[in-house]
Amino acid sequence: MKLTKVLLAAAAATTLSTAAVAGTLDDVRGKGFVQCGVSQGLAGFSNPDEQGNWTGIDVDVCRAVAAAVLGDAGKVKFTPLSAKERFTALQSGEVDVLSRNTTWTLVRDSALGLNFAGVNYYDGQGFMVRKDLGVKSALELDGASVCVNIGTTTELNLSDYFRANSMKFNPVVFEKADEVVAAYDSGRCDVYTTDQSGLAAQRIKLKEPNAHMILPEVISKEPLGPVVRHGDDKWLDTVKWTLYAMVEAEELGVTSKNVDQMKGSSSPNVRRLLGVEGDGGKNLGLSVDWAYNVVKQVGNYGESFERHVGVKTSLGLERGQNALWKDGGLQYAMPVR
Amino acid sequence: MAVETKIAVAPAKPPVWNDPRYRALFFQVLVLGGVVLLGAYLVGNTMANLERQGIASGFGFLETTAGFSISQTLVEYSEESSYGRAFLVGLLNTMLVSIIGIFFATILGFIIGVARLSRNWLISNLAAVYIEILRNIPLLLQIFFWYFAVLRNVPSPKNSHSMFDSFFLNIRGLYSPAPIFEAGFWLIPVALVAGVIGVVILARWARARQERTGERFPVFWTSLGVLIGLPLLAAIVMGFPLSWNYPELKGFNFVGGMVVIPELVALALALSTYTASFIAEIVRAGITAVSHGQTEAAYSVGLRPGPTLRLVVIPQALRVIIPPLTSQYLNLMKNSSLAAAIAYPDIVLVFAGTVLMQTGQAVEIISITMAVYLTLSLLISAFMNWYNKKMALVER
Repeated sequence: MKLTKVLLAAAAATTLSTAAVAGTLDDVRGKGFVQCGVSQGLAGFSNPDEQGNWTGIDVDVCRAVAAAVLGDAGKVKFTPLSAKERFTALQSGEVDVLSRNTTWTLVRDSALGLNFAGVNYYDGQGFMVRKDLGVKSALELDGASVCVNIGTTTELNLSDYFRANSMKFNPVVFEKADEVVAAYDSGRCDVYTTDQSGLAAQRIKLKEPNAHMILPEVISKEPLGPVVRHGDDKWLDTVKWTLYAMVEAEELGVTSKNVDQMKGSSSPNVRRLLGVEGDGGKNLGLSVDWAYNVVKQVGNYGESFERHVGVKTSLGLERGQNALWKDGGLQYAMPVR
Repeated sequence: MAVETKIAVAPAKPPVWNDPRYRALFFQVLVLGGVVLLGAYLVGNTMANLERQGIASGFGFLETTAGFSISQTLVEYSEESSYGRAFLVGLLNTMLVSIIGIFFATILGFIIGVARLSRNWLISNLAAVYIEILRNIPLLLQIFFWYFAVLRNVPSPKNSHSMFDSFFLNIRGLYSPAPIFEAGFWLIPVALVAGVIGVVILARWARARQERTGERFPVFWTSLGVLIGLPLLAAIVMGFPLSWNYPELKGFNFVGGMVVIPELVALALALSTYTASFIAEIVRAGITAVSHGQTEAAYSVGLRPGPTLRLVVIPQALRVIIPPLTSQYLNLMKNSSLAAAIAYPDIVLVFAGTVLMQTGQAVEIISITMAVYLTLSLLISAFMNWYNKKMALVER
């Protein structure tokens, strides 16, 4: 009797657990907020400010998704994740979207059961050294000790680069970004390597930022973007088109300041983007004014970039590859129509 | 009066379902079956869900090229090696730091435990302060203290402290000359092994003779002579078949020689000083547990204080000490996984860190890592149980 009960319970649980996969979009609507995985503090990308509010271009992606889905950019809860924890947190459903300066690679897209929704920052790996070492190029780094963060594409790129140039190095691998920086700052390593944007962001935290320089070599392609779980196409579309909407808004000259006037624009592209014409929002399963909310509450891609990492911020990064395609950059939104 | 008496009539055999033996067996089978079913369900469910989410599974990744490098490798390893090799490197690094930690924790713990019992006020209180401070601060903070506060004050490679121009200490580690074994070196280890065998035979003979005749033989000094003398003789015969590879400053770092990386030093220091504080208390408890009458009895048959401690007190104290000491060893080994915080390439950092990230096969890798810790723990337990049995009171 008991045995049959156990068997029945086990069978029931098996069927339940395979059936219980609701769409993330409905989940988010149901609970009323977006759970967003971010870094443990990377200036310009995702970093808590003095009031404890998360800011940065990765954070803006999450806010934009909340604005598109829920109509309120404030309805986001953040989960700070280490590089090592991030994919497990997404796979297990702990976060709805991972927006944590994550490089799009084949292994991650396939073997990890993830989908990349786009690229919100085109980056490349670089090296930072002390100026007094007198090193002018990464090719002079033979025999150096290199501090690196675990669980990143950087670790592998680093080995590949030194191997390809038949140079030797001693890796010093830490689990948290803060410890990498501390170890580099104290002289445990000659070189600190991560994405160029990360180097710019972490340099501010060093004891004497001006005593360090970033070497000119960029040794890898690091397209960073938001990630969602594999197999939930509706949610993937939501995040993907939210990102495109921000880029498209910049291309069309729609900003958070002029978005209300732009609603009356005669340009069909602007009217479609802002939901005055067409069924874009409906087809995505969102409200008509989804993109309007994104631009109104978060801003377009250019605004977000300049606000957090642009030349006027402490990171002082140029648009470079992240300029719009028409300005010679790589940011290109698929047509919103 | 006809009284019916039922003598020697065995009570009717109860039905099977009322027999306590069968009933117990039935429930045990039931529970075991439940556990097996639950396990099968969990495994099946995990596989199904991994499959559904499109996450890779299986152990084939162990043969794939790793592509990353590791700062401390006890066996041959390069970027071209496989993930399986990286696993081995991490495993050996974990074992290395555990063995070093256990060795020093035991010595330090015994010294401090005995010092805690000293009649000298200062010594006993210094030991008490050590114990109270070290065992009440979280281990992770102590590791950070050693790594980020203490070892950071060591100079840069260009300003290394040097000894005889062959030992160099700097922030990148302690560099020492590495031995290069030349032809004919084999005789030296052979001589050493021969010496060890000789010493064991000598010790047995001396013991037997002492029990037979009461005459003593200076075993310790003879053994020391044999252990040093034989290999030295072998070295002289073969013409010192050993040369040294000296470290030298080249570019950023020292090249050549052997290096002890600061991460290993910090971790081993933190683990052994922390665990020593617990071992000290265990040792104190063990010694206190031996009644003072034992010491007095030993004195009364004419034993001096040294042999009293060695032959009477310690053997009895060890019986109390060994079981809790085993758990401290296990703790130390498991605590070594905090290595990841300070970049010591142990199995957690290398295998459950980098390899996990590069392959994304969390279920397999975490299972393997757990199995490793379980195996190491069981090995330590088995060894300590054997030692405990050897030390246990032999009742005659």
